[in-house]
Amino acid sequence: MIRLRALLVLLAAIPAGAAASTEGFPLQQANTDVSNLASLQRGARNFVNYCLGCHSTKYMRYSQVAEDLALTEDELQVNLMFTGERIYDSMESAMPADKAREWFGNAPPDLSLITRSRGPDYVYTFLRSFYEDPSRPTGVNNAVLAQTAMPNVLAELQGSQLPRFEKKAGNDGKEVDHLVALDPGTAGDMPAAAFDSFVRDTVAFLEYVAEPAKARRKSLGVWVILFLLMFTAFTWFLYKEYWKDVK
Amino acid sequence: MADPTAAAGPGRIARLGAWIDERFPMTKLWNEHVAEYYAPKNFNFWYYFGSIALFVLALQIVTGIFLTMSYKPSATEAFGSVEYIMRDVEWGWLIRYLHSTGASAFFIVVYLHMFRALLYGSHRKPRELLWIFGVLIYLALMAEAFFGYLLPWGNMSYWGAQVIVSLFGTFPLIGDWLIEWIRGDYFISDITLNRFFALHVVALPLVLIFLVVAHILALHEVGSNNPDGIEIKKTKGPGGHPVDGITFHPYYTVKDLFGLSVFLVLFAAVVFFAPEMGGLFLEAPNFEPANSLLTPEHIAPVWYFTPYYAILRAVPAFLDTQIWGVLALFAAVLLLFFVPWLDKSPVKSIRYRGPIYKVALMVFAANFIMLGYCGLKPAVSPYTTMSVVGTIIYFAFFLAMPWYTRIDSHKPEPSRVTT
Repeated sequence: MIRLRALLVLLAAIPAGAAASTEGFPLQQANTDVSNLASLQRGARNFVNYCLGCHSTKYMRYSQVAEDLALTEDELQVNLMFTGERIYDSMESAMPADKAREWFGNAPPDLSLITRSRGPDYVYTFLRSFYEDPSRPTGVNNAVLAQTAMPNVLAELQGSQLPRFEKKAGNDGKEVDHLVALDPGTAGDMPAAAFDSFVRDTVAFLEYVAEPAKARRKSLGVWVILFLLMFTAFTWFLYKEYWKDVK
Repeated sequence: MADPTAAAGPGRIARLGAWIDERFPMTKLWNEHVAEYYAPKNFNFWYYFGSIALFVLALQIVTGIFLTMSYKPSATEAFGSVEYIMRDVEWGWLIRYLHSTGASAFFIVVYLHMFRALLYGSHRKPRELLWIFGVLIYLALMAEAFFGYLLPWGNMSYWGAQVIVSLFGTFPLIGDWLIEWIRGDYFISDITLNRFFALHVVALPLVLIFLVVAHILALHEVGSNNPDGIEIKKTKGPGGHPVDGITFHPYYTVKDLFGLSVFLVLFAAVVFFAPEMGGLFLEAPNFEPANSLLTPEHIAPVWYFTPYYAILRAVPAFLDTQIWGVLALFAAVLLLFFVPWLDKSPVKSIRYRGPIYKVALMVFAANFIMLGYCGLKPAVSPYTTMSVVGTIIYFAFFLAMPWYTRIDSHKPEPSRVTT
């Protein structure tokens, strides 16, 4: 059982530790646009090809993706569905969770809501920030999520990155290695700019998946506010008309 | 305008009305509380929030009913059912955002409504009971919000409930038993979720509606206060109605309709463009399912509780117990009940009060916001010091009130309301 004091001590201690891991490495802006259909379609293609093998988005249905991204049923089945699902199924990874735990140490998380719990910038920066680290079983480490179990699945596109460390005094005064930048190593299949938009599209798709109504909510909101402003004008004149006789 | 049916005797609607009135006081109630309820004619900006609060209560009940139709109060299904509402239920995302934004809006409106009372002395004699019903509504609202926050079964729901329930564990001797009794289990579990659901959708809404009715009945018994803090009933015209009063309908129904429209513009702006409000209304860790093994990086209650959370953390543990912070937390809320008797000023409205109360009230309001800000932040410097100072100011405002309201100067009140 967790006592209050233990909890409060825990709460006081955690932020300091958590701040250190992301402190030195600022998040880059994803600059996604969930109202850009072409970007979402490319993102969906990237996602099913590079992510869905291990990560599910279990709250998202294929049919909903087709509807929102303006794809026909044929386009959907040819481009996005490879493992014999039906179109009303949710997008689940074919990898069994217990095997995943055996292979990677922990099961890859479901990504349905990742951009809402971590933010699009986090996911964008995470995907671009793998670097060479021979001490890791996967051969790579990550600047945003240190010691991640995830291999760099985009390495063939991005190429490799090498870490640049600087000695810095830590909180306790001891010198520690501090990651300050990632330098390009061997080249990948894509030029840097093309790779960035590849990741941006993928994150945009995840942002859509996290809240399919997002683009619709904003476009509808404009009309709702315009209506309410007009309604406010009417109620103002109604109020003024009635109050004429209040002396 | 002439009634075309008047010549041919009462029309069908009028006859139906008369039939009902012989059996139920329909016209009587309408007249007493709306059409012939005389309210002061000098209400200003601060007087919109009562009717807006009533609207938000209705909105929460209606959206809540629709959410209940698709929500599953079970530890394995709750999180998924909320996502089902957000994706598969027709307009579910809108209903859910209206409800989640409505919760925060309710507190904003209620805080402004309570501040109005402190501005114009609406809690003073003869409105003490009206104020007490109001504070009870505020307490019920806090309980309602707390129970509701567990229902999405996100990780912040889980850990927030964990922290608040643990407060009861600080009571000597019965603490451990009390926590178990509240949770119905040895940890926050499916059983806890089920009972919180019952309390959120049945018990507390009933309490809230009952208290709101009592609040309005008490208001209509004594009559509304106004920005001048004087009694309009003292000056009555030949018809026996207050000279400075106007009937609630149509004058305040149309005026409040305008106030409500402005509120709705702002409300819709949040619902459609910023339903998370930068993590204040919907917190980021709550988009991960409840996980008893994974504490969120930083646990903070939702913004409307954070002033009290800052007070809880500001009071240090001594004599080997944390109970002092918890007692301070309860005392901070319960003190509100005594305000009508702590205030010794001969005048009610801030317009006729001296500089001391004016400064005290402004400092209190700014301090309340500062405490809320500290409560959102981790317990590190400088927020810990700010919380301690803020807690002292919070209590000093109430406990020193009998003294500073007595020595404060005041201007003479007018006999009739000003504009």
